[in-house]
Order: sequence, then C-alpha cells, then structure tokens
Amino acid sequence: MGVVPPPSGLTQRGDTAPQATGGIGESTQRPDGVLKVTGEFAYASDLWHQDMLWGHTLRSPHAHAEIRSVDIAEALAVPGVHAVLTHRDLPAATHYGLEFTDQPVLAVDRVRYQGEAVALVAADHPETARRAAARIRVDYVELPVVHDEASATAPGAPVLHPDRTDHHAAHVPHPNVVHRQPVISGDVAAAAPTAEVVVRGEYTVGTQDQAFLGPESGLAVPAEDGGVDLYVATQWLHVDQRQLAPVLGLPPELVRLTLGGVGGAFGAREDLSMQAHACLLALRTGRPVKMVYNREESFFGHVHRHPARLAYEHGATRDGRLVYVKGRIVLDGGAYASSSAAVVGNAASLGVGPYRVPHTHLEAIALYTNNPPCGAMRGFGAVQACFAYEAQLDKLAAALAMDPVELRQRNALCQGDTMPTGQPVDSPAPVAELLRLVRERPLPPERPWEVPAAGGADGQVGVDLRELPGGLANTSHGEGIVRGVGYGVGIKNVGFSEGFDDYSTARVRLAVVAGEPRVTVHTAMAEVGQGGVTVHAQIARTELGVSQVNILPADTRVGSAGSTSASRQTYMTGGAVRNTCLAVRAEALRLGRRRLGAGQPGWDEPGLRLVDGKVVTRDGAVLAGLAEVLGDEAIDLELEFRHRPTQPFDRETGQGFGHVQYSFCAHRAVVDVDVELGLVKVVELAAAQDVGRAINPRAVLGQIHGGSTQGLGLAVLEEILVGPDGTIRNPSFTDYLIPTILDVPPMPVDVLELADEHAPYGLRGVGEAPTLSATPAIVAAIRQATGLELPRVPVRPEHLTGT
Amino acid sequence: MEFLRPATWPEALAVKAAHPDAVPLAGGTDLMVEINFDRRRPERLLDLSRVPELRAWGPADRAVRLGACVPYRTVIDRLGAELPALALAARTVGSPQIRNRATVAGNLGTASPAGDAHPALLAAGARVEVASVRGTRAIPVEEFYTGPKRNALAPDELIHSVLVDRATGPQQFAKAGTRNAMVIAVCAVAVALRPEERAVRTGVGSAAPTPIRATEAEEFLAGVLAEGDHWTTGRPPPPAAARRFAELTAAACAPIDDVRGSADYRRHAVRVLARRTLDWAWRAQARPEGAPECV
Amino acid sequence: MRVNLTVNGRPLTADDVWEGESLLYVLRERLGLPGAKNACEQGECGSCTVRLDGDLVCACLVAAGQAEGAEIRTVEGLAEADGRLAPIQAAFVETGAVQCGFCTPGLLLAAEDLLARVPRPADADIREALSGNLCRCTGYEAVLDAVRLAAARAAGAPDPAGAGPTPERRP
Repeated sequence: MGVVPPPSGLTQRGDTAPQATGGIGESTQRPDGVLKVTGEFAYASDLWHQDMLWGHTLRSPHAHAEIRSVDIAEALAVPGVHAVLTHRDLPAATHYGLEFTDQPVLAVDRVRYQGEAVALVAADHPETARRAAARIRVDYVELPVVHDEASATAPGAPVLHPDRTDHHAAHVPHPNVVHRQPVISGDVAAAAPTAEVVVRGEYTVGTQDQAFLGPESGLAVPAEDGGVDLYVATQWLHVDQRQLAPVLGLPPELVRLTLGGVGGAFGAREDLSMQAHACLLALRTGRPVKMVYNREESFFGHVHRHPARLAYEHGATRDGRLVYVKGRIVLDGGAYASSSAAVVGNAASLGVGPYRVPHTHLEAIALYTNNPPCGAMRGFGAVQACFAYEAQLDKLAAALAMDPVELRQRNALCQGDTMPTGQPVDSPAPVAELLRLVRERPLPPERPWEVPAAGGADGQVGVDLRELPGGLANTSHGEGIVRGVGYGVGIKNVGFSEGFDDYSTARVRLAVVAGEPRVTVHTAMAEVGQGGVTVHAQIARTELGVSQVNILPADTRVGSAGSTSASRQTYMTGGAVRNTCLAVRAEALRLGRRRLGAGQPGWDEPGLRLVDGKVVTRDGAVLAGLAEVLGDEAIDLELEFRHRPTQPFDRETGQGFGHVQYSFCAHRAVVDVDVELGLVKVVELAAAQDVGRAINPRAVLGQIHGGSTQGLGLAVLEEILVGPDGTIRNPSFTDYLIPTILDVPPMPVDVLELADEHAPYGLRGVGEAPTLSATPAIVAAIRQATGLELPRVPVRPEHLTGT
Repeated sequence: MEFLRPATWPEALAVKAAHPDAVPLAGGTDLMVEINFDRRRPERLLDLSRVPELRAWGPADRAVRLGACVPYRTVIDRLGAELPALALAARTVGSPQIRNRATVAGNLGTASPAGDAHPALLAAGARVEVASVRGTRAIPVEEFYTGPKRNALAPDELIHSVLVDRATGPQQFAKAGTRNAMVIAVCAVAVALRPEERAVRTGVGSAAPTPIRATEAEEFLAGVLAEGDHWTTGRPPPPAAARRFAELTAAACAPIDDVRGSADYRRHAVRVLARRTLDWAWRAQARPEGAPECV
Repeated sequence: MRVNLTVNGRPLTADDVWEGESLLYVLRERLGLPGAKNACEQGECGSCTVRLDGDLVCACLVAAGQAEGAEIRTVEGLAEADGRLAPIQAAFVETGAVQCGFCTPGLLLAAEDLLARVPRPADADIREALSGNLCRCTGYEAVLDAVRLAAARAAGAPDPAGAGPTPERRP
C-alpha cells in the first residue's frame, strides 16, 4: 500500500429528476456523500505512507513555568526513535500566530499554559514515541499563575508577553490586555436620566470547546526538492502555509499543502496545531511523519471559545423603548493571542444585539492569562454577548411587565437603522419577523412522557422515560417537572471585518471531454463538512449550464480561499466560483462569436446564457452546443473575488463601517425542568433565520440544526473546567459532554430568503447565527420554569437546586 | 506487554497465580481507555473472554448467577423480571455499544464508586464469587468494596461470577447525570423491597468513597412499615416517614466535589431520588397492576 | 503478536501487533480499513463502531488480541459487492445526514443494527439506539430523517416527511 491519498477530486452529475438542473436553489446531494457513507473518504487521520513515522508531542504539565533545561538523551536512545526535537532544533523562525506572532513553535524558556508543546518525537510506532517522550527530562520551575482580570492586571502581576510588538500593544491599558475596543454612540450620560426603567446584570459564559469529532491530524512528506508536502485537516490552507514557511525556513512555494479530509472544525482549526511539528520532524528525518492527536491531547491542541464575564445596564422608557445600553465584556484569551483581537471587535460591535439603541457605551477587552488559549469558535465573540444582552432584555421585560417578544420587536433592528458603530444596516434585517415566526408556531404538547399503558386498563397511563429530563436514568416519572418557554434572537457578522483584505480565489476550467462539456473547479476552500463542495458544483452548473462538474482537491497550487469561518465560504468562495464562471462564460461566448457568429445575428444579442451544454439566447433559441464552441480549446481562468471593503473601528469610539454583512436568527425554546433535581430536557427548539438566498436548502437546514445544537450544548452541558492553577480538569468526552441524540429535541425551522443586494445571489452567511440565539432562548425557558436568575452558562444542576 | 489468553477457568487461575500482576480483561470498557490514554501499562493482559463458563448465566438457588463475562445487554434483555434494579441500572450504562461489552464483574473489578451496577447489587443483595488456585470464596458485595477503586480481591484471585438475589418485591434504580444518555453517575440510588422479610434495602453510588447501603435508613423504614402494618394494608408510608427515609439515605453519604457535581448536590439528589424510588417501589408493591409502566 | 480475523468476509492477518493495540488501530493502521473512525478512543462517541461477531461494539475498546478469530463488519462492508449502496447508506446521503461525515460510519452500523431488530422504529427508539453515537455537525435531525426514510422504504411505505428536498416551511 502506498500513500492513502486525499480525495482525488469529486465528480458529480446534476440530478436527473425532471426540472432539476443541479443548480443553485436545489437540495443537491453532497459530491463526497457516497465516499463518506462507504468509508472511502480519506480523512487526514486516515492517511498512510509506506515508510512513515509517527510524531508525538511532549506537553507542559504546568500552566506557567520556567524551563531550566530539557534533556533528550535518554529519549533519543530508545530503539525505534528517529528524532527528538526541542526549540534548539528549530531551523528558522521560532514563533507563529494568526494575528500576532506570539506563540512558540516549541517552548523556549517558559511555558504559559498547560499543554504547551515542549518537545517532539518521531518513532516507528505511536507507543515507541510515547515511551520515548516519557524519558525526556524537563526541569520546570513553576511560576505564579494569572487566571482572571484581577490577577492579570494586579500590580506586580507577571506579564505574559513582556516584549510585545503587535499593533495593539501601544494602545492597551495593561500589557496583559490583548486588545481593547470601546463602542460609543450618542451620549449615555446625558440620556440615562430619561430612562424610566433600568436593569443591570452580570453574566458569565464558561469555556466551550468546538469538540469536532475528527482529531487534529496530518501527514507531512519530505520532498526531493527540499520542500515538504503536508496533507492536513485545516480551515485555511494558505494561512497555514504563511505561518509554516518562516518556521521551516523555506520559501512558501516549497511548503505545499493539500487538504486532508476534515472531521469538523467550528473554528478550532484556524490556528496551527500539528502542522509545523509534523513538517519539522519530516524534514529532520527525511521520512513521512503522521501526527494524530487523541481526544485528550485535542483539548490541549486547539484554542477554545473565550470564556467571558459581562456586565450590562439597560435603560428604557416605561413603554419599552431602549434608551441606552452600557456594558463591559471581559474575554479570557488565555496564554496566546490567536484571534482574540478580532473576537474583541465582534463582541464590542455586536454587543447590544439586533436592537435599535440610541445611546451606547460598550467596552470589550481580551486578556492574556495562563488559562488555555482561546480563539475562533462558531459565533466568535457574538455568542457571549448574545447570552448577556438577551438575558437583559428578558429582565427588562419583567421589570416593564411586558411580553419579552413584544419588547424585542418594539426595539428590533430594521433595514435603514444604524448600528452603534455608525454603520448603516443596508440590507434586510427582519428581526421582528423572525421572532414572530418562532412565536407563532404551535407549542409542543405538555407531559409528552405520558403514554397509554400497554395492556393497562382504560385511561391508565404509562411513562416513556425517554421523554423526561434524565431520560433512561429513571430520575422522574413526572415528579418535579415544570415547563418553560423562552426566546432569543441574535446578530452575527459575516466575513472578515475591520478592514481586513478578505478575498477568495477560484480557478474554473471549461473543456470538452469525450464530446461532452465539463467544468473543473479548483479552490483552496477547506471543506470541513459544511458543504462548500456541493455549493461550488451547483454554482458552476447554474452559471455554465454544464451538468458534469469536477471539484478538485483543495490545495495551495491555487490562490487562497480564506478561512472556512465567519459564515463566509458560500459568500466568498461561492462568490469567487461564480465570478470566475461568469468570466469563463464571457470567454466562451467571445469564442463562439468569433468562431460561429459570422452571419448569425443571435450571437450579438445581449443576455446569452449557457443552458444544458448549449449557448441559448434570452428567448431560448439555441445558437450552438458548447462542444462546437470550444472544440479542442479549454477555457481556464483563475480570479480573485473580494467583498466590499470594510474599515477598522476607531480605537476610542468604535465608529466605522466594520462589517460586510449581518446575519440574524431567532429561537424559541421549550424545556421541561425537573426543578427538584435540576435536570433539564429541551423539548423543542424552533428557529427562524433569514438566509438571503438558500443556495442549497437542505444544507442550510443542516447548518441551522447543527448551530442550534451547539448553542444547546453551551446552555446546559458544555464547559471546559479550568482550575485556579490554570489546568483543565475534564479533557475527555467522558466529562466534557456534548449533546447526544437523546439531548436534542425536534428543531423546526423557518427560512426567510430576503436578498442582500451586496452579496452574490443575495445570499447571507448561515453557519453561525443559529449558535448565538439558541443558548439564551433555552436559558430563558429554564428561567421561566424555575424563577431563577441564572446569570451563567452552562446551567448546571447545582444552579437550579441551590447546591 | 504480554497478551495471555487462557481457554479454561483452571488455566486462567493458574496464570493469575503465576503472574499476580496480570490484569484481567473482559469487556475492556475501562481498561482499554486506560491503555489508549497511556495511563496504565500492565506487564500482562489476561483476556478472560475465551473462558466459556464465564459467559454463562442462570438460576442458582434464590439468586441468579452472572458469569464474569456476561455483558449488560444480557441483563437488560433477559433478566429484567428477576433482577429489575440491575436491569434498570444496566440500561443506563454507557451506550448500546458499551452495554454489549461491559460486564457487572468489570464494574466490580474496577470498583469505581460511580459504577452503575453497585447500587443495584447492594439493594438486591449479591455475593461476588472469587477464585484462585487456592480455592473459591463468596464475598458479600457490601464487603467487596474496600475503597475508591479498591476491592477485596487478593492478588491471585479473579472474579468468577456474581450471585444476585432474585427480586421478591419491587426494585427501583435512578441515576442523576447531566446528560440524557452516556453519562457517568453524579449519584445513583437503588431501592429493593423484600416483602417476605418485611425489609427494605438500599444502595447508593457515587456519593461516598465506595458504594454504600444506607442501613440506618433501611432500619428506620422497616420499623415504620412494621409498626403501621403497611406490608399488610399496602398503605404507603406516611410522607414524613418517607422524607425521613430520604434524609437518612442522604445522611449516609460522604460525597466529594468533583467535575461531575458538588458534594452538596450529590447529597441533595440522593435525598430526592431516595424519596422517588421508594415511592415508585411502594406503589408497585401495594398495587402491582397500578404502578406506571415505564418504557 | 499475530492476529487473524475476518473482516467483511475476508480473512486477514496482522503481524507485529503490539499487545496494547486496539482492534480500531489494527483495522485502521495495519489492515488498510480506516472506515471506522478514531474520534475519542474512550468509548464515548461511537465513531469506531463495528460489529464483532454480530454485536455492535466500539472497536477502540476491543483489545486486538480479543479479536483473534472474530468476524468483524465495518462500514467498508455495507455496500453491495457491485458498489450499490445499502439502503441506509443511500438514505444518509439523500437526507443530508452526512456533513463532515466523521460520525457517519458508526451511525450507519448502529442504524443498521436497529433496523434489523426493529424494522419500523418510533423516533424515541431511534434516539435510544443511536444515543451512543455523537454527531457534532447535524444536530441529529437529518440522521433521524435518514433512519425514518430507510425504514419506510424497507416497508414499502412512501418516503416520510422530511425526506423531501425543501425545508418544511418557507413563508
């Protein structure tokens, strides 16, 4: 057996159903679906090479320590070990990072979080590598740990990065603050006295993990030209390449990346994990090196969602109009910056939620601490804020004795309104409508656990435990159960913000193969499960009128597609594919006009289209087949696509046209709470979302269902527990609990399609918004059932029982 | 590492006698996790899954004998009537995949206070039949647990089977956990009524260094039931007595704070579950046809 | 050590197996059958689900030596020899039950096992049977659709609601 390669390209014909063309707007099937149900789809952890070695990482057991020495002699002597590397072996740059280059490839003289990589081993078997790693002697001297705002900014607090050179360093109030972003609009001080009702709250969001199922993994193969080929599960091939080349001391063109199959991402693969390590070991040993984290290592191997503390004050008039919002959001970024600065920008600029607020004074900061590093996760700064501002809206509704949905609708953002950043909302913002849709759904039946008793007398009732909180654990037969209903709505930005030059690249080739026109689409977009490959084929079919589309594997031979994050890929790489297809179409028509246009006036008409492999006029007359137009010639173009430019937020006021597009989702949650045991069953979680245009309706539903479920996890289950010493106490799927199929209720969905005229096809990024509002809706429902304040997620049984 | 595969029980005992460090392996659902995560590197693995008699189960006097390799799936599918508390507990063990492999004897061997079988075994009444080349002994399950993840096995002994008393009255089991499936117990309670002895037995898991019986609660309730002639009349115990029973069950616990729950919550939940399981059991006792059926 | 086993009807042998290896490692790294997945290796996610002598198990918790002489069925053995998908596989693709797909092999094995035991399962039965298989992408809605669809087709019934191409309500 040679290399187990990543997919060699996904070929798919359009559906054969009548009327279906396999184009946009249809729920076409995934081109990789068959490979995935037969086990043939090659995930990064499945790759295998004849003479490959296994890489292993030795990690720090301490959250903060000085490294006095590292002794690798014994480890090197273990039979079967081919290399042991420490920072001394690094050939070039020693640090990397997404925004700030602050993270050591291997710890130098200090570790700043538990799990930081200290040394690497390559060996002939994973067990050999583990045994060797256990023989590496590291002399640590533990240092005091900073673990929250107070300890990080106290006088004399250890400074995690004393020699910062990043662009925020000169503007932060303390060197342990990564970034600070205020957002100030109107005049809160002047307006506050006019508020007749004021509510305040302090909220806490625990550390959530992306918990993708496919662990960090990849295979690095050294090449004869001195470079390296890396097959890896990542979210953004080119940002990996940009960070790897300096570390490996190679020009970027010698660091070639190909996407291995990706088992979910949700933000956790935006930063490097094993990429540099595997490449270093491969280049050192001259052998292919495979690295696969196990679940425990995965908890230390990627960034998490920022835990947060949020303090809010909302003022309103007696009739329920928001007058002002004051707030402060403290995000814990952990030991390295990752994307913390951008998360701060989101939390601040989206911090009042999808509401019209005349006067705003918000501040968001991210800290450097010795806690686990935090960065991107689905919702990216907007999730934490949404939990708090939605709790505040409910609190305000209670203070006003007003219906919470009505209060939200009264203040709902609309197209034409202005955000606290001064940015006009210049596309549909159907916030009130989304709330109406979820509220108007019929409520699920009460006491769903009561079933007719088999063989029992008339009217006798049995109990289906699976419909009760606690489920088969048999904790209640109906005792203590109280129902609650709650609502939430959120706002998320789509695409990279704050002036980032966000673009994507697509190469499209149109040629005739065996008499039939075929399209090949090549992008570097990371397919992480979201269905980008499906959408690309649909777009190519729609624009080029060709049924057979081949999607090439994503790699760095084509230009960057940007990250599969920020709900941006359908917009950006979908937009790039469309953009290139349009250019290819124009070229095909030019070719046709040149070859066949003489004497055929139809070729000069405007609005020619490609349909079903033919060039047709606007009124449907066929001018020629594509085979005839192209002959032996192939049209092959690679073009970049950019969304409209954005601006950075002003450092003091947060004013600026910062975001590309907004995305809105609303939820209604129905819960049954066992108020005596503090156990919760979510009975139904209804969502309504505006998607602009559903390019693939089934994939849209999949995003809404998946996002809602991650929001459910944050509401009642998921938290990485970090001790005051900075260590993770539950790095396993035994104690970090993500929802099972018995925890997730039916999730009916309403989809609105209100076009955004600025976006390709009018579409709106879908993936993140549902993650925001599910959490506050569920907690609101639990509050209604229990009457408790519940200022913290996840809600634990202890919070519900006062224990 | 050595992988030892005895084909017969005498052979297994001989291997264990020769290599007391050999770690027995049946369903693998605890041990393989420790191996996969490099927490344990035994010199020898002693695979018992090939010893035919350990897969057997059947009646043994007033008890049911479960061979050490009988998986939870069998308890659920075949023994719900005879061992109701254990079957209820079995249904909460891990996932369907885990229940096809994991065994009651494995729970005993690991002796984690959170093992799902323990409260049911304690409430139902059970003996652990252990053996070595020196001979065989039956250890009452109460005496089997000697500390967190410690048990009464001598280094050369193996668990042969578990003898669980057949239910003579209603039994219940309930487990508090934060997820609706695949969750380790935050705490668990089992209650068994023994009408012929006019006795009540309990078992509590994950709420003390070892699984425990709340004997004071048992005695208190037995007294109340006898005094009020409840066994004959079928009248439920007075609410105050049921509350007291629950209080005493909780008072028997010595829980800790950990990532799965606080000590206070554990005490609280044991109290709630003791009250509920007693209530369900008594309703079935008083009016067997009137108890709600659970799916 | 050497381990002999039959996988999807083919007798196979793995040599030089370290005694601490799991059946999952042997399948994936020694026998070229990476269909069963390595998501948690602690029996908490079901991604490595295979059948061992007919029983649904987590391959990560079966010691390689325990699989000696066993009959194993993996996702690679579900489709017909001519490549036609098994009904449950087709249903997963059609309903959108596959996103990243890492949980899919395990879910397919568990769903196949359920439908063999309970041909027309209620939703609660499906949930109970699949409760050992974590999925992080789909929220399980499409997984339920897939199992309902496969069950309905096996019974010759019309495709149930939810199997259609559009969301259930688009105002």
